[in-house]
Amino acid sequence: MEAVRQVDGRAIPFGAKNVDTDVIIPAHWLKTITREGLGRGAFETLRKDPDNLFDSAEYAGSPILIAGDNFGCGSSREHAAWALLDLGIKAVIAPSFSDIFSGNAFKNGILTVVLPQDQVDRLLEVAKTDPVHIDLENQVVTTPFQDRFEFEIDPFRKHCLLNGLDEVGLTLARDTAISTYEQEARATLPWLAKGVETA
Amino acid sequence: MASKPRTLYEKIWDAHVVERRDDGTCLIYIDRHLVHEVTSPQAFEALRVSGRKVRRPDLTLAVPDHNLPTTARRDAAGQRIPISDPESAQQLAALERNAPEFGIRLIGDADAEQGIVHVVGPEQGFSLPGATIVCGDSHTACHGGLGALAFGIGTSEVEHVLATQTLLLKQSKTMEVRVEGQLGPGVTAKDVVLHICGVLGAAGGTGYVIEYTGSVIRDLSIEGRLTVSNMAIEHGARAGLIAPDEKTFAYVQGRPYAPKDADWDKAVAWWTSLATDPGAVYDKVVTIDAADIAPTVTWGTSPEDTVAITGTVPDPASFADPSKQEAARKSLDYMGLTPGQRMQDVEVQNVFIGSCTNSRIEDLRAAAAVLKGRTKAPNVKWAIVVPGSGLVKRQAEAEGLDKVFTQAGFEWREPGCSACLGMNPDKVPAGERCASTSNRNFVGRQGPGARTHLVSPAMAAAAAVTGKLADVRELA
Repeated sequence: MEAVRQVDGRAIPFGAKNVDTDVIIPAHWLKTITREGLGRGAFETLRKDPDNLFDSAEYAGSPILIAGDNFGCGSSREHAAWALLDLGIKAVIAPSFSDIFSGNAFKNGILTVVLPQDQVDRLLEVAKTDPVHIDLENQVVTTPFQDRFEFEIDPFRKHCLLNGLDEVGLTLARDTAISTYEQEARATLPWLAKGVETA
Repeated sequence: MASKPRTLYEKIWDAHVVERRDDGTCLIYIDRHLVHEVTSPQAFEALRVSGRKVRRPDLTLAVPDHNLPTTARRDAAGQRIPISDPESAQQLAALERNAPEFGIRLIGDADAEQGIVHVVGPEQGFSLPGATIVCGDSHTACHGGLGALAFGIGTSEVEHVLATQTLLLKQSKTMEVRVEGQLGPGVTAKDVVLHICGVLGAAGGTGYVIEYTGSVIRDLSIEGRLTVSNMAIEHGARAGLIAPDEKTFAYVQGRPYAPKDADWDKAVAWWTSLATDPGAVYDKVVTIDAADIAPTVTWGTSPEDTVAITGTVPDPASFADPSKQEAARKSLDYMGLTPGQRMQDVEVQNVFIGSCTNSRIEDLRAAAAVLKGRTKAPNVKWAIVVPGSGLVKRQAEAEGLDKVFTQAGFEWREPGCSACLGMNPDKVPAGERCASTSNRNFVGRQGPGARTHLVSPAMAAAAAVTGKLADVRELA
């Protein structure tokens, strides 16, 4: 995972609420066996409208997306995060995110920034003309107009993002603790420790 | 000294903590991992690239379901009938290659036990009460109907579980959704959960694990409980839970991977101890009166857009929240409905009975009971039944339900996810409506431009017979 410290640039003032993962990437794009190239399918239905924000010259290459409440609700498809990444999105700002989406975004180095609705509304306004700056280290979103919106982020996620850490590698290093748990569970919950015959 | 009273969720969580960090994040052990063909190829590829193994292939079960066509998969000679979509074929091939390479048992596309992962898990006794269960699919919450802590994960987490058999998680808040009273005639588990979606909203459960309690939930069959917990994600909760009881134990006992002999007695003792302690405190409690729940349908493009079948399409201006007004206007435009229109006047051209929400034997029985001796209305062009698994299909055929369906004008298909999400050829044409027993009415979910109305199996059957969204109580 690439390290993330700041995200800086134009932000797509999308603003829609309850944007589900079928809107972000429709199911027929899920037939791939790689992570690449899904940007073409991102927001496919909305992009049939020739005036859509995602294909406008104004917002081409914007690294930030601003959305409404409950962004990424619905399915667990990580393809939603891969599609945003392929579109060039490195951060999403919204009043709230679905739990699964924000986890998937984090694991792909996409920063999800939760701000209250009035601050999101202000950013939606600014984004029409000017860039937005996100500073992960100091947990603050700023604009060229003295706006300064602080945000909360889980300290572990922040640490991983700032350092581009691979979570699987970190957990594999806890092998002894996992083995100890398995040994104890074999004694206390033996039926759970027994699995199926393997291939 | 007595320990602090705990909820069902807290007890399962505590039993699975491998390590607790200072910031409250826990490394949680995963007991069961279901893998399907859509969200796993990139995870296996990542393991291959980094030279990593699957830690516990014996706690992992692979079943293809999302992409499979629901038409015949083998010819008379037992040879595979090729999947016409090359990408679908490629995903199935990837799973068939990855499972043996990493030592994982695969239930194949033409095996009798094949089906939707969330039907197969409980059916095989792979999903057990008190277990932590994950799958790269948001409807994994389903298994919470057995009292398992089950939730959907993304592909990076699939990789993490394959490699380490654990996940790094923060404990969720707890919500109790208590449904008390007695359900009226024609009101089913599906209506209960659709009603809950309407009450809580699509994001109402975000950040929570929901425990469904109360007399209505206790009185539901296990399959009904699976239906309720299945849709926890549709009100934002990553997991739903229902306390295991005697009914649960009777359901689990004797299944292929269920505990046996001395293990069985130990398991039942532990499962019994998991019930939420008297005096345990939930972060939030929502109470619902069963008398308020009618046979329910959706009118919009979010599962929160619910209304009683006797009701009308709402006026967007009636919502207090301006963003909801805007969303409702867009929904009605997409759905081709007008405010004030009676739901029972809405004509449907398609009926889909299936999905991990409603494709078990009781669902098929409920639909068949309505269809027996009736046929679909002429305006219903396409009506299909997709059983949740090969075993459900076989059972239904033994009971003669397949005949009831085909005589009523339904197609009787092979098991899989099918028209719930239209990854295989089963799609609803653009601009047409579908009375669907699935779980999501999102824009384009059942095919580009498709208009979905979520209903129970009995209500789907009623819609097929009348050609409109219909009140099943009037067909009794």
